[in-house]
Amino acid sequence: MTAMAMNSLKSFFSWSFPIINVFRGKSSAIELLGLGKVIGLPVVGILLFLLLWAGLAPKVVTSLGAVPGPVQVWGQFERLVEEHNQERVKEVEFYERQEIRNAKKLESNPGAEIKVRPYTGAPTFFDQIWTSLVTVLSGFIIASLIAIPLGIISGLSKPIYSAINPLIQIFKPVSPLAWLPIVTMVVSAVYVTDDPTFEKSYITSMITVMLCCLWPTLLNTAVGVANISQDLKNVSKVLRLGFFTHVFKIVLPSSIPLMFTGLRLSLGIAWMVLIAAEMLAQNPGLGKFVWDEFQNGSSNSIGRILVAVLTIGVIGFMLDRVMLMLQKWVSWDKGADIR
Amino acid sequence: MEKKYLELSDVSIEFPTPKGPFKALEKINLKIKESEFVSLIGHSGCGKSTVLNIVAGLYQATRGGVILKGKEVNEPGPERAVVFQNHSLLPWLTAYQNVELAVKKVFKGKKTRLEMKEWIEYNLKLVHMDHAMHKRPDEISGGMKQRVGIARALAIEPEVLLMDEPFGALDALTRAHLQDSLMEIQMELKNTVIMITHDVDEAVLLSDRIVMMTNGPAATIGEILDINLERPRARLELADDATYNHYRAEVLRFLYERQRKPEEAA
Repeated sequence: MTAMAMNSLKSFFSWSFPIINVFRGKSSAIELLGLGKVIGLPVVGILLFLLLWAGLAPKVVTSLGAVPGPVQVWGQFERLVEEHNQERVKEVEFYERQEIRNAKKLESNPGAEIKVRPYTGAPTFFDQIWTSLVTVLSGFIIASLIAIPLGIISGLSKPIYSAINPLIQIFKPVSPLAWLPIVTMVVSAVYVTDDPTFEKSYITSMITVMLCCLWPTLLNTAVGVANISQDLKNVSKVLRLGFFTHVFKIVLPSSIPLMFTGLRLSLGIAWMVLIAAEMLAQNPGLGKFVWDEFQNGSSNSIGRILVAVLTIGVIGFMLDRVMLMLQKWVSWDKGADIR
Repeated sequence: MEKKYLELSDVSIEFPTPKGPFKALEKINLKIKESEFVSLIGHSGCGKSTVLNIVAGLYQATRGGVILKGKEVNEPGPERAVVFQNHSLLPWLTAYQNVELAVKKVFKGKKTRLEMKEWIEYNLKLVHMDHAMHKRPDEISGGMKQRVGIARALAIEPEVLLMDEPFGALDALTRAHLQDSLMEIQMELKNTVIMITHDVDEAVLLSDRIVMMTNGPAATIGEILDINLERPRARLELADDATYNHYRAEVLRFLYERQRKPEEAA
């Protein structure tokens, strides 16, 4: 188990080996050349992009001033970090004050009722990233829990596949923005409690994400399952394997590559959909951050939105990498070129 | 009187095609005795594999049927184990686990865990695979994979062992090696075997009887040749043996004179 985890970690950081070797002083000329290709070219690409950005951005003037270049955006990022740290300090102070107050109360009257009020400061940028991650992952996991079994069943049975395929094809292209109003209405009507564990905005965003990221997993799993080699199916038939043995010993392992292709597509879609859903549902995540900055319309807004844009991109990329690691860890074929 | 063990009576099969039904097999009649080794030989496309698949229960005959030990065959089952042409091992399981999957299914409740382990190891040893039993199929050679495939089939103690060109995908030396192994195993276990082959030497060397099939469509049994050679048979000695060469010539004559491939005849 640990060896497998190590392997997937290794593959995750495979690009870093040449660098490590450079520091160890073990690198050869060929390796350096390889390093140049692996690191050099992407760096050149990024530098060119930054130059273009810095050069062109000031030429685009909006009602909120010129579009900020990379340096200004970095400045905004530092401010967001600063704001986050300040907020944390305030929170700690708030609880300290409360503790002192309660202690005093108890001193004068040992029977007094003590209330601990939660801190209600505005969520910072990093709180919002966290909210977005929780929302997208919960939506994605629920979608996967529905899509994988359904995909397996429809891959195993042609009639079931024929029956649900038109539905998949119709619902697959529907935009999250079309789902959202319906989901909002339904959640408002159905989710009625006095003490809500979850915010309605969270439930709405999560369900919208789920509705949009069901399809790639469902379709790819179904195709993966339907394309199991006839020979392996015959083995299963000759041995008269039971349904569950058949699914777990034969169907699942052979459909893992396509299933993961679907899961990765789904997670990518989920992350894209989430930002739109949060904007409209006002779920306190990155989408709401972007929307609030847009509504705010200060001279810093575009810079802050650009920080969010880059953050969304980086997190999306990292989510995909995590799925890739998971695939390498689960896959039986460690030698396969998975990318 | 000879005991009938496996009987194919009037087996015909038609496959539906857009241009109407295609008759692949026509009235195949064959009686096989217990622990007899029968080869099916014929040109490719003549329906040898179809016969085997019907006996395995993977295809259903359109007319006629198969009776094994007095019971009609109408679905696949472990009492008719199949050795597939391309080994069909599960690539995510080791050799041991591949055999284990079959053994666990068939001997559940009949053998203890320890007995199963010993039985799996015994069968892998039988095919000389005990040294690599914890390797996965992609880590062993084609011949070794086929050995594991045979071990998997033997391990479930089938009433009939069905082999679909088991050595067809192997090089000549590996093939000879496996044929010798198979003869050795056959001497010991006395299985009833139906083997499909397109290799004349293999058929003569291994079989008690060779069933020669005519070309399709509507292929059927053209001729049956009894091979009365002493067992154990040794490949090298037989090479100069007059009887052996006579049988060999018989099969060749059937295949290349009487049943020339249609495109060659044209």
